[in-house]
Formats: sequence, C-alpha cells, structure tokens
Amino acid sequence: MIENRPFLKFIEHLVLILGVLVVAFPLWMTFVAATHDAARMGQVPLPVLPGPHFFRNLDVVLNEGLWGGDGSGVGYMLVNSMIMALLIAFGKIVISLTSAFAIVYFRFPFRMGFFWLIFITLMLPVEVRILPTYEVVAKLGMLDNYWGLTVPLIASATATFMFRQVFLTIPDELLEAARIDGAGPFRFFKDILVPMSRTNIAALFVILFIYGWNQYLWPLLVTTDQSMYTIVMQIGRMLEGAEEAPQWHLIMMTALLSVIPPVLVVLFMQKLFVQGLTETEK
Amino acid sequence: MASVTLDNIQKTYPNGFKAIHGVDVEVKDGEFLVLVGPSGCGKSTLLRMVAGLETVTDGSLKIGEREVNNVEPSKRDIAMVFQNYALYPHMSVYANMAYGLKIMGLGKAEIDERVKNAASILELTEEQLERKPRELSGGQRQRVAMGRAIVRKPSVFLFDEPLSNLDAKLRVQMRVEIKRLQESLGITSIYVTHDQVEAMTLGHRLMVLNGGNVEQLGTPLELYEKPASLFVAQFIGSPAMNIVDTKMHENGNEVTIAQNVSLALGGGRLKDRAGQALKLGVRPEHLVISEEGANTLPLIVTLVEHLGADTLIHGHFGDDKTDLTVRCSGTQSVKVGEKLPITASLDHIHLFDPATEKRIEF
Repeated sequence: MIENRPFLKFIEHLVLILGVLVVAFPLWMTFVAATHDAARMGQVPLPVLPGPHFFRNLDVVLNEGLWGGDGSGVGYMLVNSMIMALLIAFGKIVISLTSAFAIVYFRFPFRMGFFWLIFITLMLPVEVRILPTYEVVAKLGMLDNYWGLTVPLIASATATFMFRQVFLTIPDELLEAARIDGAGPFRFFKDILVPMSRTNIAALFVILFIYGWNQYLWPLLVTTDQSMYTIVMQIGRMLEGAEEAPQWHLIMMTALLSVIPPVLVVLFMQKLFVQGLTETEK
Repeated sequence: MASVTLDNIQKTYPNGFKAIHGVDVEVKDGEFLVLVGPSGCGKSTLLRMVAGLETVTDGSLKIGEREVNNVEPSKRDIAMVFQNYALYPHMSVYANMAYGLKIMGLGKAEIDERVKNAASILELTEEQLERKPRELSGGQRQRVAMGRAIVRKPSVFLFDEPLSNLDAKLRVQMRVEIKRLQESLGITSIYVTHDQVEAMTLGHRLMVLNGGNVEQLGTPLELYEKPASLFVAQFIGSPAMNIVDTKMHENGNEVTIAQNVSLALGGGRLKDRAGQALKLGVRPEHLVISEEGANTLPLIVTLVEHLGADTLIHGHFGDDKTDLTVRCSGTQSVKVGEKLPITASLDHIHLFDPATEKRIEF
C-alpha cells in the first residue's frame, strides 16, 4: 500500500499483531511451561505467566534428564542432532550441486534419462521406501551411527532440480568466456558456478538444516543405542516414557532447547535466504 | 601476431542443418576483417568456429601456421569479446581480467602489470578495477570485456557483436575506440556485426555472408562501388539501394525503365542480353533532381524525411508504382504529392541478372 490512510494503517497493524499472537502463543506457552515446577504444571488452569524455575529446569534437563531416566541429560542429543542436520545439509548440497553440474553442462548418453530418474525419486521419500532402506542400511552395518542416520536422507531430487534451474539461468557466454580463459570443467565449477550460486546454496542450507534437524521417524528406526538418540526423538520418547504423568516442565524445556539451533540458523542466514529464493538476476 | 586461414570451412549441425557452406579466406597479420550479414546468416557460427566454441565439420582452420581444428579455445592464442560482455558477475573487474592469466600460470607481478596496463589503455580507473561488473555502466563493462581480451596478448581478437547492447551514441564512441585500439595494437581481428555502418567503418575488408554462403569479400569501398550481387547491393549502404525491374532493348544498347524513359548504356557490350529482363540498381545518393526534360523519371513524392544534413525523398513512378528513394544533401523544400524529374548518372548504375542475382559488368 502506498496510500497513507491512518485507518488502513491501523487495520494492517491489527491483522499483523493478531497473526503474530496466533503464531507465537504456543511458543510462549512452551516457554512458560519450562519455567514452572512439576506441581504447578499439574494444576488447572495452566499458567500463562513465567514462573521462577527456569534455571533449575534447565539444569535438570541438561544434567539429569527425566525422573526415572538413566540420569544423563539431553546435551549429547543436541550434539547428535546438530551433527545429523549438518551432515544432511552439506551432503545434500554437495551431491546435488555436482549432479546438477553433470546434467546441465555435460552431454552424455541418457542424460535426460538420468535427470528424470533423479526426478522420480521425489515420489519416493524415506517414509515410502522405509523397509528396503532399513534393510540396506542394516546390511551395510550403518545402524547406530551417523552414516546410518544421514546417508539415506542425503540423495535429493529437489535440491538437484533447484540447482539445475539455477545453472540454466547462467548465460552460456560465461561458460564460453571461461573456456577461452582456459578454465577446465572443475575450475569452472569451483570458480564460477559455485560462487554464482552462493545465495541459492545458503537458502538451501537453511531449508535442509531444518529438514535434517526435524527428522523423527528415520532416527527412531535406525538407532537403538541411546548415545545416538537425537533431540527430536527424545521429545517423543519423553511423552510416552514413564507410567506416571508426563513431566511437562522438563519436556517443554527440552522442546525449547531443540528450537534454538534452527532459529539461530534462520536468524543469521535470513538475508541470504531471501536473496537465494527471490533473486533471479545473474 | 598471426594470420588466420580458413580453407573450405563448413559447418553442419547434428540435426542436418548446414550453417556454413564452405568459406575460404585468409585474414592477414594485423588485418581487421568484418563478417557482416543479416541474422541467421552464419557469421557468428563462423566466428565461434575460429574461437573453438563450435566444432569444424569440414575444411581446415589455421591460426598462424598451425592447424587448430581440434585445439581447445584456450590453446588457440585468441581472445574473444562477447555481445553481452560475459563478465563473471561475482568477481571484481580486476579479477575478471586476471582470471585467464592466473590459469595461464603467470606470476602475481606479471598479472598486475598486464591488468594495470590494459586498464590505462582503456581508461579504467584504479577505483573501477575494484568494483563488480554490475556497478559499471554498459560502456565501461564493454571496456572491461575488451580489457580481458587485451591482457591475454593474443594473436587474434574475436569480436561477437560487441556494440549491439550499447545505446547509439556510445556505440559510435566505442566504435572509434575499437578501431584505434586495433590499429595501435596491430592485432589481427575478426569482428561480427549486423550493422553495415559498423562494418564499413571498422573493417579493412568485409565478408558479406548470406545463408551460410560468402556473397562477397572485399574492401568497404569495393563492396559499395561494385557489389557482386543483389544481396550485397541492398545490404551495404543506407538507405538501401533502389532496385528497378527493367528490360534490355532489342538493340542491346539501352534499358527501358518506365514508359518513355530509357537509359543508354553498355555501348553495345550487352548485346547477348538483348530483350532480357534485368534488375537495375542505383543508390539513393546517386539520384539527382534535374530539369524537366526527356529521359527523366517522373517521381511522385509520398514521404519526405528531413535528416538535417540530408533529405530523403520517398516516392514512386510508372504505372506499377515502383518505389524509389532519393537522397539529397541539405534541406529540400519538397512536398508530398509533388512530381519531381529524376535522373541518374551512368557511372553509378548497377545491373544484376534477375535469375542468378549476380552483378553484370558493362
């Protein structure tokens, strides 16, 4: 809106504020729950203002875990999740950059065939092929380690497709200029294609990091060793764990902790993220 | 420094389309050759074959004494300037110029010297060297693209319509700069353009291409004064040459242009064409408004364009309303609908065979 009408402005802000409230309310409730003790969380109505137990809860979650648990905190699970998310994000980016490079810039037999083959895997996410994938991972001895957690999730048609589109917008003259400058395929890739796709890589990193971080079903299947558990799995396990009522204050603290890394990634890469998804000029 | 020799160069695309039908030319050391023709005539393809960006289907391509048919572009000792500049957008101007040199394996000091030298030739400031291409104007980007070519110190410069993205004023200015640069560096150059003014002013020799065939190869003035075919006649010169259908008189000595208007020419040397149809060409600038009298064309004016230095008079004559354009110097007070008597001097008349479209000497 270019018009400057006070009433419209008021309505605009009202709508925005309502939207923010709706989106932020569950987060606020999570935070509030993480600041009370078990007794307060057992009473109705639930508190809407923060209580005094934030640091106590944080300490319990990080160093002791749930009552009735094995006494270890969730710290190492945050590390596991971080490693898994980073491996998935970087693995996907590296693989899809190189496969898109091959498909766009090299003329090899059945080139389009390969492209469609990659494309078809879009229809086969992990959930669909979960049993055979598990079988393969188990036979390769990748259960209960980082490779088992990440490799099956890395092959990515979406990212390959996205980089293909990015590369197609790069003018052919650049390739020709590079050839005259004496740059071979690898140099062209490294010196020109990758730097020119910088913002797209960043945008994809944000999306893939969050995708990797939020994985639930697959880690649940391939890990039996508690030392390989991820934080998102753990939140699920906490809910169903004990016979007694869920310890909401600790679960919510864990949930709060698990939100921090993705939020940080989005905050710090916001500018690149928006550029990567909207910028078309090369 | 090297010559470029094309010997029966042909290009056939995998889909069977034949883009180049056999081109022979020797571009001499230090010569500026312009390839000119309408779009789709194969001029860019030919240049890209010299650059090594397109494969040569048949024939032999030599740069200097070396046959380069199957040599990588970077090993051909050439440099190319592209139509849309093709600068690496993420690199500074300096890095753009230095990139090829770095790959060549030159030392930092040598690279720095060459880039600074090229920058001073092209009047790019130190501050501009640090900028990204997108922060420069079109003309400056074109300079950078030329700088990238100069620093390579190639034996051959290749230009692929380098000025067509610039506005008219800048184009004239850069044209002069390219000409000056080529003359001072003395590097053999091949230049592709569809603009015949650019072609005429830049080239030592011009090659006019049409549909993958060479229509004519010669100096700008040769092409202007003795166009080898109807195509060249109409392509070179602006406004285009007037072409009029005529018939050779039975006596083989004069052509009939319109009713009661005929032109004596040939002095009997065209006897074998007696009675045949011919195409007669005369450039707008060679037509003159004369006194009313015999053997003048009565031109009915339909449009007058005042260009300042010149006046273009468009009109038609005869029963079939043949179009004719006359170019007069200075300002002329001519009105639409007026009838003007037009004549042409014999020296400036061209005859073409209507079937082969080739020039007929007389």
